[in-house]
Amino acid sequence: MTDLAANALLTTADGRPLKSALAAAQVRAKRRAFLLVLPLLLFVLLTFVVPIGQMLHRSVYHDGFSANAPAVSAWLAAHPAGTAPDEAAYAALAEDFKAMKAAKTAGEAGTRVNYTLPESRSLFTKTARVADDLAPPYREALLAVDAKWGDPLVWEAMRSASSAYTSDFYLSGLDMERTADGGIERVPPKERIYVYLYLKTFALSALITFICLLLAFPVAHLLATLPMAKANLLMILVLLPFWTSLLVRTTSWMVLLQGQGVVNNTLVALGLIKDESRLSMMYNQTGTIIVMVHILLPFMILPLYSVMRVIPPSYARAARSLGATSWTTFRRIYLPQTLPGIGAGALLVFILAVGYYITPALVGGADGQLFSNLIQFHMTKSNWSMAAALSAMLLLGVLLLYWLYDRLVGIDKLKLG
Amino acid sequence: MAAAAQSDAFVAFEHVQKSYDGVSLVVKDLNLTISKGEFLTMLGPSGSGKTTCLMMLAGFETATHGEITLDGRPINQVPPHKRGIGMVFQNYALFPHMTVGENLSFPLEVRGMGKSQRDEKIKRALDMVQMGAFANRRPAQLSGGQQQRIALARALVFDPQLVLMDEPLGALDKQLREHMQFEIKHLHESLGITVVYVTHDQGEALTMSDRIAVFNDGRIQQLAPPADLYERPDNSFVAGFIGENNKLLGTIEDLSGDRALVRLPTGELIDATPVNVREKGQKTLVSIRPERVEFKPSMMPEGAHTLDAVVTEVIYMGDILRAVLRVAGQDGFVMKMRNTQGQTRLAPGEAIKVGWHPQDARALDP
Ligand SMILES: Nc1ncnc2c1ncn2[C@@H]1O[C@H](COP(=O)(O)OP(=O)(O)OP(=O)(O)O)[C@@H](O)[C@H]1O
Ligand SMILES: [Mg+2]
Repeated sequence: MTDLAANALLTTADGRPLKSALAAAQVRAKRRAFLLVLPLLLFVLLTFVVPIGQMLHRSVYHDGFSANAPAVSAWLAAHPAGTAPDEAAYAALAEDFKAMKAAKTAGEAGTRVNYTLPESRSLFTKTARVADDLAPPYREALLAVDAKWGDPLVWEAMRSASSAYTSDFYLSGLDMERTADGGIERVPPKERIYVYLYLKTFALSALITFICLLLAFPVAHLLATLPMAKANLLMILVLLPFWTSLLVRTTSWMVLLQGQGVVNNTLVALGLIKDESRLSMMYNQTGTIIVMVHILLPFMILPLYSVMRVIPPSYARAARSLGATSWTTFRRIYLPQTLPGIGAGALLVFILAVGYYITPALVGGADGQLFSNLIQFHMTKSNWSMAAALSAMLLLGVLLLYWLYDRLVGIDKLKLG
Repeated sequence: MAAAAQSDAFVAFEHVQKSYDGVSLVVKDLNLTISKGEFLTMLGPSGSGKTTCLMMLAGFETATHGEITLDGRPINQVPPHKRGIGMVFQNYALFPHMTVGENLSFPLEVRGMGKSQRDEKIKRALDMVQMGAFANRRPAQLSGGQQQRIALARALVFDPQLVLMDEPLGALDKQLREHMQFEIKHLHESLGITVVYVTHDQGEALTMSDRIAVFNDGRIQQLAPPADLYERPDNSFVAGFIGENNKLLGTIEDLSGDRALVRLPTGELIDATPVNVREKGQKTLVSIRPERVEFKPSMMPEGAHTLDAVVTEVIYMGDILRAVLRVAGQDGFVMKMRNTQGQTRLAPGEAIKVGWHPQDARALDP
């Protein structure tokens, strides 16, 4: 206490309080440090923060309908949900269609509605084609083009599309849809793909991480205990996969593992398996797991190695001399000290695995696809908002895990090298 | 304890050899018996095989040849955790992920001891090293000296009969090291344990040990109590390794019982005690401790041979005065004088005569 009081009164020789003098002295150093990191900061901002922000924005924003069909949007905004469309509504719709036909934007608007109600896009393009012929009374005219215009579901879909901001993409990502009365329900079982694949991606990633850990632990230990020269050689072998192109590696796995591949041929030649019962290790989940474990293994070995290398052998000796068996020594002395490496390696491998897309796309076949392959699918179809929503879901899952890790182990214990 | 006390040799190395690479021997024919309750120090220069011997005793290295027995039992095949030997490492090797209390609890837990008994033993061990208040700290939160004490407490908490210490004080500063030397010695005496201690600090070895084994080149050069080692070194390596030492090279002129007459290259004669010289005409290295060199005729024995000396330098060291002399044609002969009232103050350039009791000059192998 007295110390604190004394500190508060401390001044420099010329009478300025010590604290402000110190702060002034540090300003220059701080400004220098800031200038030093500024280029990287800008780079990260431009290439990481902005794109992610934009992605998150896109996942809840789609103005394809609201921008192109302003009249109907206005009518929908003026009337509460569940209101049956009157002649004014149909007139607004026809007016919008005429404008959309001129601007050739009916497809865009239809796409947006299509997210909420499948097959709406064709309804829009079809109606736009004949938009110029529409004449009052518009209700009858539109119903003549397609009876669906009388369907409350279509109107409900347009209502949800009339706001540029929407949670519809996330709803689809969760295998949900809106009902005619504005409620939410799960899509029919046959159409539920996202949640299943999401969970499967996390489960497969966990499995891949676990296999990586099992394989990497002994190797890392060997690396850490071997004499320098031998360890370096082994390290080169570990890093070798990094030096070959991902595609080359993946292709070699195909050559090795496919039905008529080296492994199967060898097994058949050795008489271990019959020719007709060749193992299918490629173009399925097994292929995805094998190849991804191989590709991600170094990311597990390196953090483990960096942690194990600095554990002096005297700890194990001390434990043995204190009466512990080699198993107890491993479990209670060695393993706990490698936890930071295990945590770092597992987190790294898991996060990489969750987002991996090229390997499953190449070797995964039908059942070896992961969530990221769905994202890629939507991107090729220019469904940016859907892809963004799925990406955001993936990001959320990873952040959740990160948070969990911090709670359980502590992020400060992470050691990457 | 009573049963073990009958056997004199608590630890025995019999013809132990060790090679790491199959090409050279790091330990060559080691024979050593350590009795119960003894404080034995292995002293020697770096690379002389001290740690290797300790590791073979602890079970972390296997002897290439020979047998090690503990309490009459051969232990070559016994794994380290079944030997019941306490060990203090140079870097302490306290488990960083455990608190001090957990560190001490570990050897008791692996022995299946109950909680209350454990707590009692931990408390006793911590009090023993005056660290009772630190049970909940992590090793990283302790100073070097405190970690040292905890390492000591951990090696003792499970009541081992034998404790090995490999340069346990190497990382401490001089003052703390001297203090810990005293404490370890005190613990050794009060607990009645057998200690095998490794160091390359000769001062440490001399102050703490019952006996010292001087290692060089994989062999024990001499095994003796500190005073014997210092005053009666068996060979020139020991004489040179322990304490300061003047060396005069010469040939045996005459050898009669416990007297040797040595002729120096300059033709002068000196008296010495023959240690490992056998015949006339043999080359020898005569070793004399600086504090046993006399320059006042009254202090020398009747009829002692003396040498002419010239003072080249006198260094004032507080408790002693250190004179560097030129003797028998060679520089760097050291003489130490106590700084007493009325001590003759020598000055550089002064010519004096030096001599010594024949038993203080030892004629050793060259
Ligand atoms: N694990 C090992 N493998 C190969 N050679 C070793 C090994 N450990 C020690 N040596 C060699 O054995 C010799 C003796 O080593 P040791 O560690 O016993 O010496 P020391 O007397 O303890 O030395 P210091 O005082 O430096 O600790 C040295 O030449 C050393 O290089
Ligand atoms: Mg050593």
